[in-house]
Amino acid sequence: MAYNVQDIRAQFPILNQKIHGHPLVYLDNAATSQKPLVVINAISDYYLNYNANVHRGVHTLSQRATDGMESVREQVRAHINAKEAAEIIFTRGITDSINTIAFGLSSIVSKGQNVVITEMEHHSNIVPWQMLCERTGAELRYFPVNAHGELVVDQIDTIIDKDTAVVSFNHISNALGTINPVQLLLKKAQSVGAWTLVDGAQSGPHAMVDVQEWDVDFFTLSSHKMYGPTGLGILYGKRERLEALPPYQGGGEMIATVTMKESSYAGIPHKFEAGTPHIEGIIGFGAALTFVNELGIENIAAHESELLAYAVEQCSSIEGFRIIGDSLNKASVLSFVVDGTHSYDLGVLLDQQGVAIRTGQHCTQPIMDAFCVSGTARASFALYNTKEEIDLFKAALVKAVNMLK
Amino acid sequence: MSSIQEKQQVLIDDFDFLEEWMDKYSHIIEMGKSMATLSEDEKEEDLLVKGCQSKVWLKAEKNGDHVIFKADADAIIAKGIVAMLIDVFSDQPAKEVAQADLDFLDKMGLKDHLSPTRANGLMSMITQMKYYALVFAG
Ligand SMILES: Cc1ncc(COP(=O)(O)O)c(C=O)c1O
Repeated sequence: MAYNVQDIRAQFPILNQKIHGHPLVYLDNAATSQKPLVVINAISDYYLNYNANVHRGVHTLSQRATDGMESVREQVRAHINAKEAAEIIFTRGITDSINTIAFGLSSIVSKGQNVVITEMEHHSNIVPWQMLCERTGAELRYFPVNAHGELVVDQIDTIIDKDTAVVSFNHISNALGTINPVQLLLKKAQSVGAWTLVDGAQSGPHAMVDVQEWDVDFFTLSSHKMYGPTGLGILYGKRERLEALPPYQGGGEMIATVTMKESSYAGIPHKFEAGTPHIEGIIGFGAALTFVNELGIENIAAHESELLAYAVEQCSSIEGFRIIGDSLNKASVLSFVVDGTHSYDLGVLLDQQGVAIRTGQHCTQPIMDAFCVSGTARASFALYNTKEEIDLFKAALVKAVNMLK
Repeated sequence: MSSIQEKQQVLIDDFDFLEEWMDKYSHIIEMGKSMATLSEDEKEEDLLVKGCQSKVWLKAEKNGDHVIFKADADAIIAKGIVAMLIDVFSDQPAKEVAQADLDFLDKMGLKDHLSPTRANGLMSMITQMKYYALVFAG
C-alpha cells in the first residue's frame, strides 16, 4: 500500500488551520502528537454509549467498559509481544511508570550498589533515580555521550559493574533523536544481574519493540506521543519482576481484601492500578494503536526518515546552522542551534510564521550542559508531516535568522 | 526629559504604526540590539529576573531621586522587551516608576499577543523594576 500523506492528514483536522495568518506547520511531535479522528471518535463513542466504571458493576455498561479496557490491554500486549496481558499496566504516563518502579525498588537497592542511567535522559528518567539513590544511599552513574550524541559504549564495562542494581535509559533520545544500542546495554546489564528499564517515549511511534526479544524487565510507553490521548502511560513488566515489587499507591481496585487493620493486595496488573483508571484514555489509545498498526510502523518510520534527511539537507545551507546530535542512527528529531541566535527567539519568530517547534532544554538539562548549549530548537516529525511543510519551516527559519543576525 | 506617560505614548504609536506582528518583532529586536548591555562581570546570579524563559538580568541604580535601570538578556526578543521597559522607566523619578500605570502594555497589544508564559516573564520584569523603584523611593 502506498503511503498517502494527504489521506492521512484528512484524519487530523487540527492540522488544517492558520496560525497568525499562516498555515499551521506542526513540528513539535516529540513533545506530543496530534490525534486522528478515529481516536477522537473512540473517546466520544465511549462517552456517548458505554461510560461506566470498570471492574465494579455487574451491569451491562460496566461490563462493556471493562471489556473495552481489557481488550486494549491485550492489544498492547500483542503490540510489544509481552507474554501475558497481566504484564501490561496502565499508568498516568512515563513519568508515573518510572516513579512506580523506582519507588518499588526502594528496599531492593542498597548502599554500595549503583544505578546507571545516561547523560541523555529526560528528567523523568533522572529525578526518580536521584530520589531512589537519596533514599537508599546507592550511587547514580551516568553513561557519557560523545560529540555526535551517541553513548560512549566502549566504557560499558567500567560503568556497568557487579554492583550495578539498575540500568535505565531511553531507546530514542527526545533531545537528540539518537537511537541507542538497546540490546548491547541490556545484555551487559543482564550479565551483572541488574534490573532493566527502557523508556520508549520516543520509540513508541517510530519503532517496533519486542520485549521478549529484548528480555527487558520494564518497558514504558506514553500514549500522547503515539497519537493517543494524554494522561495515559503503559508500563510493561515481567511478571516475576512486577510481583517482586510492592505497590506504589494504595486505594481501590488494587486490593484483594481490606480490613480495618490491613489489606492484601490484588495480583498484577491491578496491584499497580489504584483508583479508577483513565478509561477514555485507554479506549482512545486502543484506537491509536490500531491506526498506527494499519499504517505500519515501518512505513511510518520510513516516511519520517525521509523527512529528516530532507530537512537536514535543506537546512545545512543556513549559515551557522548546527545539528546537536548528528549520529547516523537517528529517528525523526532535528535538534539544532543557529550560531548567533537564541533558540527561544527562533521559536517565537517561527511561531509568528505558523511553524510550531520546541525550544529550550527539552527536559534534558544534563545533555544540554554536556553540549555546552543553553538549549536547542527542535523540529520533530510525525506520520502526517510533508516535504512542503519542511520547505515552509526552512523559509521561516531563514527569515527568522535574518531578522536576528 | 519626557515623562513616563509621554514615553509610553511613543511606544504605543510606534507599535500601532507597524501592522504586522513580524514587523513589531523586528522593532523589538532592533531595540534589543541597540540597548547598552551589561558586562560579563555585571551579570550576577542575583540580578536574574525570576519567571523568564530566557535569562534576563536587571540592575537598578539610584541617581538622586531618579532610578536608572540597566539590563541584559541572552535572547534578543527578551532583550528588546526589557529595552522597551527601560526606555519608559529608566532615569525617571523612583516614585513615579513605582506608581506608574501599566495599561500601555494592553494598548500595545503586547500582553494579549504573548503566550501566558511569556506574558508572565514580562510581568516579572515590570514587577522587579517597580520593586527597585519602591525601595529607592523609600
Ligand atoms: C524520552 C522521554 N521520556 C519521558 C517523557 C515523559 O513522558 P510522559 O509525558 O508520558 O510522562 C518524555 C516526554 O517528553 C520523553 O521524551
